[in-house]
Amino acid sequence: MASDTLLARITDYANRPDPYPLYAELRAAGPVVWQADGSALVGGYHHITALLHDPRLSADERSLCGRSASEHKDPSFLRLDDPEHHRLRTLAMRPFGPPHNPGRIDAMRGEIARITGELLDALPTDRPVDIVDDFAYPLPVSVICRLLGVPREDEPLFRGWSDALVAAADVRPGEDTADADRAGREAGSEMRQYLLDLAGRRRGNPADDLLSDFVNEPDPSLRLTDDELGVTATLLLIAGHETTVNLITNGVLTLLREPEQLERLVREPGLLPLAVEELLRYEPPVHMRERAPLVDVEIAGTTIPKGTSVFLVLASGSRDPRAFRDPDRFDPGRTDNEHFGFGGGVHLCYGAPLARIEAETALGALLPRLRTARLADESPPYRQNAMLRGPRHLSVRL
Amino acid sequence: MQIVVDLTRCQGYAQCVFLSPDVFQLHGQEGLLYAPSVPEDQVQRVRQAVAACPVQAILAGEEVAAGGG
Amino acid sequence: MAGELRDGRIVVVGASLAGLRAAETLREEGFTGSLTVVGDEPYPPYDRPPLSKQVLIGGVPADTTGLPTRRDPDADWRLGVAATGLDLLERRVLLADGESLPYDRVLIATGTRARPWPDAGEAALDGVFTLRTRDDASGLAERLDAGPGRVLVIGAGFTGSEIASACRERGLDVTVAERGPAPLVGALGGTLSQLAAVMHRGHGVDLRCGVTVTALLGDGNERFVGADLSDGTRVEADVCVVALGAVRNVEWLADSGLAAGARGIACDAGCRAFNMYGIVTDDVFVAGDVSRFPHPLFGYQMLSLEHWGNAVAQAEVAAHNMINPGPLQRPHLAVPTFWSTQFGLNIKSVGVPTYSDHVVIAQGSLEARRLAVVYGYRGRVTAAVTVDMAKSLDYYRHLIETAAPFPPPPGAADRAIAADVPIPSDVPDPKGLSHEPVVALTGHLPDRRLMVVQPTR
Repeated sequence: MASDTLLARITDYANRPDPYPLYAELRAAGPVVWQADGSALVGGYHHITALLHDPRLSADERSLCGRSASEHKDPSFLRLDDPEHHRLRTLAMRPFGPPHNPGRIDAMRGEIARITGELLDALPTDRPVDIVDDFAYPLPVSVICRLLGVPREDEPLFRGWSDALVAAADVRPGEDTADADRAGREAGSEMRQYLLDLAGRRRGNPADDLLSDFVNEPDPSLRLTDDELGVTATLLLIAGHETTVNLITNGVLTLLREPEQLERLVREPGLLPLAVEELLRYEPPVHMRERAPLVDVEIAGTTIPKGTSVFLVLASGSRDPRAFRDPDRFDPGRTDNEHFGFGGGVHLCYGAPLARIEAETALGALLPRLRTARLADESPPYRQNAMLRGPRHLSVRL
Repeated sequence: MQIVVDLTRCQGYAQCVFLSPDVFQLHGQEGLLYAPSVPEDQVQRVRQAVAACPVQAILAGEEVAAGGG
Repeated sequence: MAGELRDGRIVVVGASLAGLRAAETLREEGFTGSLTVVGDEPYPPYDRPPLSKQVLIGGVPADTTGLPTRRDPDADWRLGVAATGLDLLERRVLLADGESLPYDRVLIATGTRARPWPDAGEAALDGVFTLRTRDDASGLAERLDAGPGRVLVIGAGFTGSEIASACRERGLDVTVAERGPAPLVGALGGTLSQLAAVMHRGHGVDLRCGVTVTALLGDGNERFVGADLSDGTRVEADVCVVALGAVRNVEWLADSGLAAGARGIACDAGCRAFNMYGIVTDDVFVAGDVSRFPHPLFGYQMLSLEHWGNAVAQAEVAAHNMINPGPLQRPHLAVPTFWSTQFGLNIKSVGVPTYSDHVVIAQGSLEARRLAVVYGYRGRVTAAVTVDMAKSLDYYRHLIETAAPFPPPPGAADRAIAADVPIPSDVPDPKGLSHEPVVALTGHLPDRRLMVVQPTR
C-alpha cells in the first residue's frame, strides 16, 4: 500500500490492536514519510531523537500552517515553546518536584500502595475483572486527585470533560473534527473553571496538595495567573490519569500474553523497575506527538518546510532495530533502555516519576494473581484514541 | 552499592531525584549532585533511578576488589 | 592474529577513571591474558569530579567516591606504587619499589596532578591546599568544616570556581584571585566569562581579576595567614586553595623515548603513542588526561583534554585497539564534552570553545542565566556551551560534527536578537591566565619532546 496513507491507516480504528507492522512499514519507507494531507511522519529512533532535541521544532499548534491563534487561546506548557514553556513548566514543577520539592512524589509511595491494596481487595470474585474499570483507571485517578487536591467523588464530573478534551486532541486525518473541537473547547472551559473554583477555596486555607501550593505561593513573580493555573491544573489532571491507565493495562495484557516473562518477574521481582521501562518501550501509553518546524528543517537529506505538521511516531522509534536489539521482543530484563515512553527533550513527561511509581506498585501487587489469571477476551476492545493508545476494557479471570 | 553518573550524558531530567531524593539532588535547575556511596536502605530506590534515567547515565555496581596484588 | 592479541600480558599504568574503564573494556572484548593495573595512590579507582563539588559542599565524605565497575576486570592491582620508567626495548614498566613488570602491550593513563604553588616553602604552609586527590579533598573539607574566617582561591578556572561556589554554599567568606580578566575566560572566552564574574559576585565572592598573588604569608609558625596581591593589596585568610590547573604526569617517561612533554604524550587517533621521532608505536597506548591526540574536526591539531568523558571514551578505544588487529581498530573521534556545576548553574560544553573566533547567543539570554552560546571558527560551528539548557546540547553537537556553517541556522523559538550578532569569542592567550585551560590545542606536531629538548642544547 502507498506510504502516503500510513497516518490514515495508523489512526484507523481497525489497526488499533496492532499498529506495529505499520510502524515497521513507516521506518522502511524512509526517514520522512509524506502523507496525502501534507503532513510528515518520522518513525526512526535517531531521527526522532534529533527532532525532539532540535530547538527549531515547535510544540505550539500556532506554528502549524493554517491554524490560527484564536482557536487555541490558552495552551498549556505541553503545547508551548521556550521561553514561555520553560517559565510555566518551572512554575508548575515548584510544588511537584525538584529542586524545590524533591521528596513529594517519593513520599506518596505509601499512599499509592495503600490505594492499590484497597482496589485489589475490592476486586469482584463472582465475575471476570475489568482491569481498566476496576483497577488501572481508579488507581491513577485517586492518586492525581489526592495530589492535586480534587475531590475523588467528582470523578464522574471531570471524566466527561477529560474524554472530550482528549478526543479533541486526537489525530483523525480526513475527518471533520469541528464538532469534537467545539466540544473540547467547551469541556476545557468548564474544567478550568471547576479547578479554579477548587483552587480559590484553598487560597489562605491551604491543604497538602498542589492546588493549595499554587494559589498560596507567596512570591507574586512565582505565582501562576488564573488563566495559567486553569490550563496547568487541567493538563495535570488529564495527563495524570489518561496515560497511566494505559501503562498499567498494557502491562497486564503484555504479561498475560508472555507467561514466561511473567514467571520470570515473579521469580525475580527485582526486575520490576526494568520491566516498567520495557513496557514503556514495548507498549507505550503515548504513541505519537505532533510538532511543527519554525523554519525549513533538513533531516537526513529531506527538507521539512516551515509549518509542516510533523508526527514523531514515538512508539515506532522505540521498536527501531537500529536502536534496540530484538525490538519486537518483550524483555523485562532489558538494560540501556532509552525508550520514548515519556517522549524526550524539554517536553519529557512532567508526571513520569508518578507514572513509574504507580505502574511499578500496581503491577508488583498484581503479579502474584496474574500467574493463575486468564484473559477472558483474547482481543480486548481498544479506546478510539490513536495517540493515547490502550484497551478500553480488559476482561480477566483471576 | 556505588554509583557514578556520566554527567557528560546527563541532561537534567531529574528522574533520579524524584525517585531517590536522599541520594540525588539538583543544584540549581539542572546540575546534578549525588552521594556516590548508596546507603543500604536506598538501594531499591536507586535501582529504580538507574532504570528510569532517560539517557541511561547512571552506573551502579561495586567498587573494584583491589585487595589482591 | 586476533586470537593472539586476546592473550599475553597487558599492563595499565594509572588506576583512575581511564585505567579502570580500559581494564573493563579489555575483559568485555575478550582479553584473557594477564592484566596488571598500576596506581601511585593507595586507593582503588575513585571519581574526582565530586571532590570539588558535593565533597566540599559537605555531606559526602571524600573517601566515598569509589568508582563502581561495569564488571570485575579480574586484574592484579598494584596500588600505592608509582611507575618510574618505561623500557620500550625490553618491554618493561619500572616501579618505584624496584620491581619491573614485563608487558606485551602497555596503556599509559597516568593523568595529571594539581599544579603546585611555585614557591615550595610557601606551598608548605599549613592551610595551603591544592585539589586533585581524595586526600587533598579530605584535608580541605576538614579545614572548611572548622569554619575558617576567609578562604583564598588562586585561579578562577573550573576547579577554582567550583571551590569558591562550595565555600559560599557553606557560608564562608571567599576571595578569588585570577590573573585573567574574568573567571573561566581561558576555557569559554569573553561572553560567558562575564556571566561567570556576575555569578561569583552575585553569590558574595570577593572576586579580584587582573591580579596575581605575589606571596603567600605565614605567621612565623608555618601557618598560612594571607597573601599579597600584585595590585598592592593584602588578603587575610586562613585557608588558601591553589587552583592553577594541572600538570601532566609524564616525568616518569623522560628517558623512555616517547613523545612526552608538558602537554602530554602524543598519540594517534587510535591511541597509539608516538616515539620521540614521531614514529607511531605498536604496543604503547595512551588514554585520558595525559594524552594529546589529533582531531579532524579541529584542524587535525593535537588536543589535550581534561575531561571525564574523554577519559572514558578514549580508554575504551585504546582498550579495543590493544586487542584488535589494524583493520579492526577504531579511531577516537568523540567530540569533547564536559560540564561544571557552580553557583547553581549547570554549564556544559561540547566541541572546543577555544578553537573559535566568534560566538553568538543562539538561545536564551545572559539575563535569564539560561542560554546556549555557539562558537565558530572561520565560518563553521566548532563548539557550543549551554547554561541550564543541557537538553539542547545534542543539537549543537550535531552541528559541530557536520561542520555546519557559523552562525548556526535560525529558528529556535527562544532565539534572542543576539543570535544575529556574532561577537568576537575573546579567548585569551593561555599565557595571560593564572590557570591552565582544561582544553588545549597543542599544535600539529606529535613530537613535542624534541621541540622541548632542542632549545636547551
